[in-house]
Amino acid sequence: MVFADSLICRECARTSELAPSYFCEWCFGPLEVLYDYEAVADSISREKIAQGPPTLWRYADLLPVEASAAADLGAGFTPLVRADRLAAALGLGEVWVKNDTLNPTNSFKDRPVTVAVTKALEFGIKTVACASTGNLANAVAAHAARAGLDSYVFVPYDIERAKIVATAALGTVVAVQGNYDDVNRLCVQLNEQYPWGIVNINLRPYYAEGSKTLAFETAEQLGWQLPDHVVVPVASGALLTKIAKGFDELVQVGLVEPADVRISGAQAEGCSPVATAFAEGSDDVRPQKPDTIAKSLAIGDPADGYYALRQVRRSGGAVAAVSDDEIVEGIHLLARTEGILTEPAGGVTVATLAKLAKEGLVTDSERVVIYITGHGLKTPEVIATDDPVRIPATVDGFRAEFETKE
Amino acid sequence: MPATIRIPTSLRSLTGGSSEVEVPTGQVGAALDDLIARYPDFGERLIGEDGKPRRFVNIFVAEDDIRFLDGLETAVGEGQVVTILPAVAGG
Repeated sequence: MVFADSLICRECARTSELAPSYFCEWCFGPLEVLYDYEAVADSISREKIAQGPPTLWRYADLLPVEASAAADLGAGFTPLVRADRLAAALGLGEVWVKNDTLNPTNSFKDRPVTVAVTKALEFGIKTVACASTGNLANAVAAHAARAGLDSYVFVPYDIERAKIVATAALGTVVAVQGNYDDVNRLCVQLNEQYPWGIVNINLRPYYAEGSKTLAFETAEQLGWQLPDHVVVPVASGALLTKIAKGFDELVQVGLVEPADVRISGAQAEGCSPVATAFAEGSDDVRPQKPDTIAKSLAIGDPADGYYALRQVRRSGGAVAAVSDDEIVEGIHLLARTEGILTEPAGGVTVATLAKLAKEGLVTDSERVVIYITGHGLKTPEVIATDDPVRIPATVDGFRAEFETKE
Repeated sequence: MPATIRIPTSLRSLTGGSSEVEVPTGQVGAALDDLIARYPDFGERLIGEDGKPRRFVNIFVAEDDIRFLDGLETAVGEGQVVTILPAVAGG
């Protein structure tokens, strides 16, 4: 049973029918999916969810597609782990890590994509595509293959090699001479010419809904409670706004008690349009030309930036930006304290948590959840260190190198 | 030789189906004013009450977003193409 009944413009609130479209023909505002929440509330329950599959499809009542026909590789329901060693290192109390590196293609992008490709099947679309900084490309190529659809994934030519290699094995990669914002504009124009489902363009209203499941899982895994504070990486801003929407929906359909969740955003200094607007107290998210090792967050013109900013301010959170050096430190801190290897986007999130803790914007009395959205093996160039110590295959060889001198 | 505003397929209902509209050279703002004078339905869609392009409208001269140039005062030369596109995000 699908409870989504129309698309609604986030600016002027005019509604339109569910179709492959992404902007309001009246005011150009972005469209999002509207549900019959009363009907959802009648259908959904904690018990029903608990009996569902160990994937994001356990929350199908709050997704805009028919779950029984899903293009499914098992996305979602990733571990939420309590990170006491990380918390201690940062002087915080209760910190949890949502380890979304453990999705089918090792990033959170499997969540929106499984929903978008399922919607493409419902619309009878034969070819799916995307504009991507790399992780989305992986997810689209994999889910398209699973669904028997053709795919074209468009990426900036200079993204991490591992992301291109992994995606090329699954579908057709098109490396574009330009940055993400150039790729995005190309795809907007291709959308006019080809009968494709471009997951983050004309399927965007459906695609973005998949990210809400990060909020649903967080609450369920905390025993159906909302956290006090979450820290979310910000590229387009869609993930942050959808996590906020997810918490709101849980309250609306009666799955959790209302509670205030502070929502904070994490950016790299080399691509920080939202953090800059936050620091300036401005509503105007001015575009930037990105230059950062956090390539998966390198969106200089974030279309959801305005909404992300508004959500952060409304909730009493903050947006901070961290340097490339701090990002690498963040990667290593998470690896050494919790055994989780992340790509630079996760380093941004950990380093931002550290910064907010230092500034007293996250406190030791809060239950904090951070979202680690992509795996470190996708970006070996960033985590590469010197070659390991080499020893002869003898016990003495080991002792000579490692035994502590008394 | 005038300049051209390229109209994406999804907005051609506003121009009676035309894909390109010729406008005088000069500045982007004046070119848009010219477009709006001929096709008034573009008016409040493109420009907000503050006189600036709406938040979810992106305007390009040749390959460049006018927000990186001089906004509505960006120069439009002979034969140049102005493109209007709805904003989208991604990642």
